[in-house]
Amino acid sequence: MQRTVFRNRWLPYLLVFPQMAVTVLFFFWPALKSLQLSLYRVSPFGDSMTFVGLANFAKLLGDAEYYRSVLNSFVFSGGVTILAVGGSLFMAALATQKIRGLSVYRTLLLWPYGIAPAVAGIIFLFIFHPTYGILPYFLSFITAYEFNWLLKGWVAMTLVIVSTAWTHLGYNIAFYVAGLLAIPGAVLEAADVDGAGPLRRFASIIFPLISPITFYLVTLNMVFAFFESFGVIDAVTKGGPGDATMIMVYKLYKDGFIGLNLGSSGAQSVILMALVIGLTMLQFRYAEKKVTYR
Amino acid sequence: MIHALLIACIAVVAFPLYFAFVISTQDIQQVVQRPPRLLPSVHALENYVQAWHKAHMGRMLLNSLVMAVTVAVGKIIISMLSAFAVVYFDFRGRMVCFWMIFVTLMLPVPVRLMSTYEVIGTLGWINTYQGLTVPLMASATATFLFRQFYLTIPNELAEAAQLDGAGPMRFLFQFLLPLSWANIAALFVVLFIFGWNQYLWPLLITNTETMRTVVIGLEELIPRSGTELPTWNLIMAGAMMALLPPVAIIIFMQRWFVKGLVESEK
Repeated sequence: MQRTVFRNRWLPYLLVFPQMAVTVLFFFWPALKSLQLSLYRVSPFGDSMTFVGLANFAKLLGDAEYYRSVLNSFVFSGGVTILAVGGSLFMAALATQKIRGLSVYRTLLLWPYGIAPAVAGIIFLFIFHPTYGILPYFLSFITAYEFNWLLKGWVAMTLVIVSTAWTHLGYNIAFYVAGLLAIPGAVLEAADVDGAGPLRRFASIIFPLISPITFYLVTLNMVFAFFESFGVIDAVTKGGPGDATMIMVYKLYKDGFIGLNLGSSGAQSVILMALVIGLTMLQFRYAEKKVTYR
Repeated sequence: MIHALLIACIAVVAFPLYFAFVISTQDIQQVVQRPPRLLPSVHALENYVQAWHKAHMGRMLLNSLVMAVTVAVGKIIISMLSAFAVVYFDFRGRMVCFWMIFVTLMLPVPVRLMSTYEVIGTLGWINTYQGLTVPLMASATATFLFRQFYLTIPNELAEAAQLDGAGPMRFLFQFLLPLSWANIAALFVVLFIFGWNQYLWPLLITNTETMRTVVIGLEELIPRSGTELPTWNLIMAGAMMALLPPVAIIIFMQRWFVKGLVESEK
């Protein structure tokens, strides 16, 4: 729909200027610069640059450490997504049954979204603490296995996954509740008449109806876990023990800021960029679908 | 039955926060005692006061507040103006602007980490409030939300305003703005939480204690070596102070929060 009603030669440019200035200066220019850096070898003090073609990429792709960080990233974001999307669907489905108090329940389930993943990580760090934490304490009655995240990589991974998923539950619940409330009552009544039980009704009617939301939330939680989870890793595990929780974003930061390996961090930036473009495209397939239903 | 299941879910979800609160009210003996004590104690006030002083909480909370409010307000203003331009004007480069805003979605901080830091360095903005806030102000989602909203406003409104002799800026402030408050409130809640909970960006840009935000400052309270006292009660008191403002905003402004979340992602 075209609705051009105002005529002014310079005003529209003035209006978009702030947005464009921020976008060009802090998004486009740095992104191009990262692309450029990925093709150069830069001395640690940044005083000399040598063009090396794709050597930085070749080096990364031949590096077992890098593959581990890729694998860790997928384990981490997969774990967060399954836990946060699955858990929120379960809770939202319960809360939108025809019962009183929906808004109270929703409030009581939404608030964790306000907690920064890093702060959540610190709380869970204490719950998981090998000497003082209550989780290892209670587990010690059941098993002699030592749940020490400082020594066991998978415990550390569980720790960061659980705390990240915890903060993201509220976000997903908000979407699922909105989606579930939008299902027309007539559809559900028809299922009742057909004698479908609650589980059957959920599996064959409700779940397919809200699958666009699920698809959207899965991609969104993946993006979130990939790119916004630096805080929880830095505050809690710093990538350790060893490199058990070294995810791609944290490795990029470490190689760039601490290792001062600008070429390699540029190449890692470019690989992450390709990934986020892929995920965003996926997300927009959902948006298109939704537009046609409106 | 459903109520019981829901209450169980809430208990599981709320437990970590309850536990953090409980620890923040205990003294150090109670924190380390076995079996763990799961009831609040009487040392809340002294722990909070001590954490407040030890970590410069006042300053860090102020920094977080400045950052969250500036980012939220800045994003809203910038997005409102550019959405207004894109919807109500026909100008050369309109689609280019639109696509440029869209592409920012695909460039989160980590993928342009080193180079953005360099730009901030060139501008001399390291360790300043403008370095902390301005680069986060471009927002595709907020721009799209305003654009979406403007498109739902009947064309007749703009025509009527023009008949009244109102120019575009008067139309924006006297006609569109009063209609936009619900969207602005919703966006503000979501963006405030986004700004408050930033981690990577303030970690890069700030390098003195007086500029740290509370979310990154908290990490420095954690005892990393075995020789330090396990003052987890103070850490939890700090964590409670860091998480209270955004959580309170979600609870008290729930209606706006849900609206902001669900609509800005369309």
